[in-house]
Amino acid sequence: MPIEVNGVSHETDEEGYLVNLADWTRELGEALATEDDCELTDAHWEVINFLREYYEEYQIAPAVRVLTKAIGKRLGKDKGNSKYLYELFPYGPAKQACKYAGLPKPTGCV
Amino acid sequence: MAKKFLFVNRKAPYGTIYALESLEVVLISAAFEQVVSLVFMDDGVYELTRGQKTDAIGMKNFSPTYSALGDYEIKNIYIEKESLEARGLTLDDLQHLVWEDEDDDWAEKDSIHLVSSKELASIMADQEVIITF
Repeated sequence: MPIEVNGVSHETDEEGYLVNLADWTRELGEALATEDDCELTDAHWEVINFLREYYEEYQIAPAVRVLTKAIGKRLGKDKGNSKYLYELFPYGPAKQACKYAGLPKPTGCV
Repeated sequence: MAKKFLFVNRKAPYGTIYALESLEVVLISAAFEQVVSLVFMDDGVYELTRGQKTDAIGMKNFSPTYSALGDYEIKNIYIEKESLEARGLTLDDLQHLVWEDEDDDWAEKDSIHLVSSKELASIMADQEVIITF
């Protein structure tokens, strides 16, 4: 189902992930989150921005274990743990945050 | 249950789907916490060459993804010496891949090991699962 922001329609796949990575804007990220009844706070954006940078550098969305460890290194141990990340993204931190970041589902994500 | 997996990469990165498929399976295996090692031999050594540009062939350049292998706890990447030499390459022509040791203040450690064909045979003998691409 396509998602519409500012009158422009963007194609998504059957799970709601953006088809064209280049379409992504911050507003579009917010709109994708709103569809899941999720309101994005600064804490969410910290993870989303991290994922976008990771993708930019490595051309992949990291698996949840890799994300957790990398967040711990970047943002501190209090954030680099499953509890913190699942509280922000209850549907699975890698899976859900990647969706709002406009990235594909992480490789190896079930 | 973690098993020792060895993925053997023997083909040039583009032109066939093998290199990319291998990389995907490697990431999935590592995400499921298996003990994963990689071998690059024959034309597979080209998969790790620096400065790949794929615009002209209309394919995604997936070579930056090899730098993420360390994040996936992949610490052993073996390059067959004979294959490298036969193609006039040295380790300097390949990406410098590292993993970070969390228990050693995130010190970067080399993942790439140059091994002879003979050494490779004993590395292979030590594995539980070997998958060739």
